[in-house]
Amino acid sequence: MTITAPQTSAPPSVSLQPTGWLRYLSFSVDHKVIGLQYLVCGFAFYLIGGAMAGAIRTELLSPVSDFMPRDVYNQILTLHGTVMIFLWIVPVVNGAFGNYLIPFYVGARDMAYPRLNAVAFWLIPPAGLMLISSYFITGAAQSGWTAYPPLSITTPAAGQIIWILSVLLLGGSSIFGGINFIATILKLRRPGLKLMQLPMYCWAMLGTSILVVLSTPVLAGTLIMLSFDIVAHTGFFNPGLGGNVVVYQHLFWFYSHPAVYIMVLPAFGLVSEILPVHCRKPLFGYTTMVYSIMAIVGLGLVVWAHHMFTSGTPPWMRLFFTIATAFIAVPTGIKFFNWLATLWGGRISLNSAVLFSCGFIVNFVLGGITGVALAQVPFDVHVHDTYFVVAHFHYIVYGGSVFVIFASIYHWYPKVTGRMLNEHLGRLHFLLTFVGFNLCFAPQHWLGLNGMPRRVAEYDPQFALVNQISSTGALLMAISTLPFLWNVIASAFNGAIAGDNPWRALTPEWLTSSPPPVENWKGEPPLVTHPYGYGTPADEIDLNSASGSDLWRSGQ
Amino acid sequence: MTSLTPHEQRIDHTDDHAAEHPDHRMFGLATFLVADAMTFAGFFAAYLTFKAVNPLLPGAIYELELPLPTLNTVLLLVSSATFHRAGLNLRRGQNERCRLWLMLTALLGLAFLASQMVEYFTLPFGLTDNLYASTFYALTGFHGLHVTLGTLMILIVWWQCRTPSGRISASNHFPLEAAELYWHFVDGIWVILFVILYLI
Repeated sequence: MTITAPQTSAPPSVSLQPTGWLRYLSFSVDHKVIGLQYLVCGFAFYLIGGAMAGAIRTELLSPVSDFMPRDVYNQILTLHGTVMIFLWIVPVVNGAFGNYLIPFYVGARDMAYPRLNAVAFWLIPPAGLMLISSYFITGAAQSGWTAYPPLSITTPAAGQIIWILSVLLLGGSSIFGGINFIATILKLRRPGLKLMQLPMYCWAMLGTSILVVLSTPVLAGTLIMLSFDIVAHTGFFNPGLGGNVVVYQHLFWFYSHPAVYIMVLPAFGLVSEILPVHCRKPLFGYTTMVYSIMAIVGLGLVVWAHHMFTSGTPPWMRLFFTIATAFIAVPTGIKFFNWLATLWGGRISLNSAVLFSCGFIVNFVLGGITGVALAQVPFDVHVHDTYFVVAHFHYIVYGGSVFVIFASIYHWYPKVTGRMLNEHLGRLHFLLTFVGFNLCFAPQHWLGLNGMPRRVAEYDPQFALVNQISSTGALLMAISTLPFLWNVIASAFNGAIAGDNPWRALTPEWLTSSPPPVENWKGEPPLVTHPYGYGTPADEIDLNSASGSDLWRSGQ
Repeated sequence: MTSLTPHEQRIDHTDDHAAEHPDHRMFGLATFLVADAMTFAGFFAAYLTFKAVNPLLPGAIYELELPLPTLNTVLLLVSSATFHRAGLNLRRGQNERCRLWLMLTALLGLAFLASQMVEYFTLPFGLTDNLYASTFYALTGFHGLHVTLGTLMILIVWWQCRTPSGRISASNHFPLEAAELYWHFVDGIWVILFVILYLI
């Protein structure tokens, strides 16, 4: 017997899912809602982490610790790293854009496991609040985002335990997200769509998710062992009890080196989506891009000990990890030249999205070059734990990932809200960010080469001037957030109406209304087999009837 | 035999598109188990590294007996077979026999946990005595946690398939298969753990 309730008997007021803006505060299972939840939540944490960076740079204006006590400096430093990595970049480049875009790209109406998806997001706000509130309640962890023992065992235990718990929650969120992305990309493609026809961001997210699933659990196990050392006084990583600190470093970097790729591979994918649209050219070297991503995934898992050249690693280990790390420059270089070739001869519209993408390319190649340098043992032993490493790392994750996050917001904002962002404010934002970023971090290379150690509130007076220059750059970066914030808030109400496809793009998320309906497309999902088939004058294209392959063939 | 309340039906029409594609839950579980296996891999790697470079401190006691863990290995391997029989019977619609095999599997799991407890209480070293003792308890404890969760899953499946029209039945046997895959996984990890901790 089948009981079917008549449609009319369901009054709209009893819906279990709220509508309107309340959806964004609910346990919604819609991938677009979850994507925006990740983005807005991540940006809130970016502002908090940015305020901490401001506090750090204020302290470093003078060689003595006068702005805050040393232990507070250590806490702020630890929170800044943890918040920016685990609550801003990882959730946003993976969770936010992945959730919003991947179902569109594979031609699905939602992720493979929508409820798991919502669970993965809702682990983040409590973990983040717990982490930050630890500063006010017990005092936050003081051992840096790496939590190296024996430092993390000897600093106050309560803050360290809260740090471990929140990182475990965030790691769990990351693993759930990774499982969801792998299943969605491999299993939920609409019939007829082949793997090698997917937009590049799908490949980037597939590679990233493989790294997440393989490496994050190792961090979880390691942190559980560390918490035993702190709470139960076992001696896994405590040399005083016969333990071994280097084992912690191996296990930690087995996750945390791939974590760099977890932060930057999705950014690679997003840039590969943005550039072809605004250059009106196909993405150069699609196949080599795919193989490069997979090569980075494979190599990324076997280079972790290049973080440990000063930890008593034996010579054969140094040799292996130096060579393996140098090899990563090859697929990364292939991607770099592919982006340049995509730009080459294109009809580039130099809008905010492209400016931020080009800023990414410039910054990332600088960060990549210092990365190759750091992989060489003689050089690394010289600059280990100096500001040179700080500069390199920020060129990768800020100059790389964060620039791409902004580029992506400028690119997809019209799709998400149905309105355009103000282009003048966008360019002002780019100018302030690019100048501020380079002013802040380029001088730190010099500081590191001259021997200024990182993570310390006080330094030799001879470094004062360069530190003040660096802090000026940080101030510019802080100011750059203001035009951006004004832009995204004001444009949501007053921006020009975008229409369905303001960029005349060919990828599937643009072949629907802005903002998209709950089911992503009214009717069947489109089959886009050539997502980068640009290259014909715009007035010859009838976007309503032409597919990517038509455009590709008719072009020249 | 489905009845949809207006609320559930409404959700179906807005957000839930799971009915529009094949069931991928098993794929997701398998991916999760890969992640879980990596957690164990981290523990194993730590243990093997300790063994290679950190000698036992003078005066520290770390000795393991073989009989009890060998019995544990047999218990778990047999329980994998009984779980498999339970699944076969459920798919044939023979819920009573399925429940019998499930209960046997759960009892084997409980016997494993009991035997593990006996081992814990008879060992001459405690959690914080030395590095090897800590690693031993961390590894076997983490595995024991998995066995405990698996046993709970078995008991839930056992309860929910008590009638042929229950929540878990011949037409909806995914929960049983999921628990079974998990159980086989936990057994496989035990075999590796047995070799690394007790035999090497």
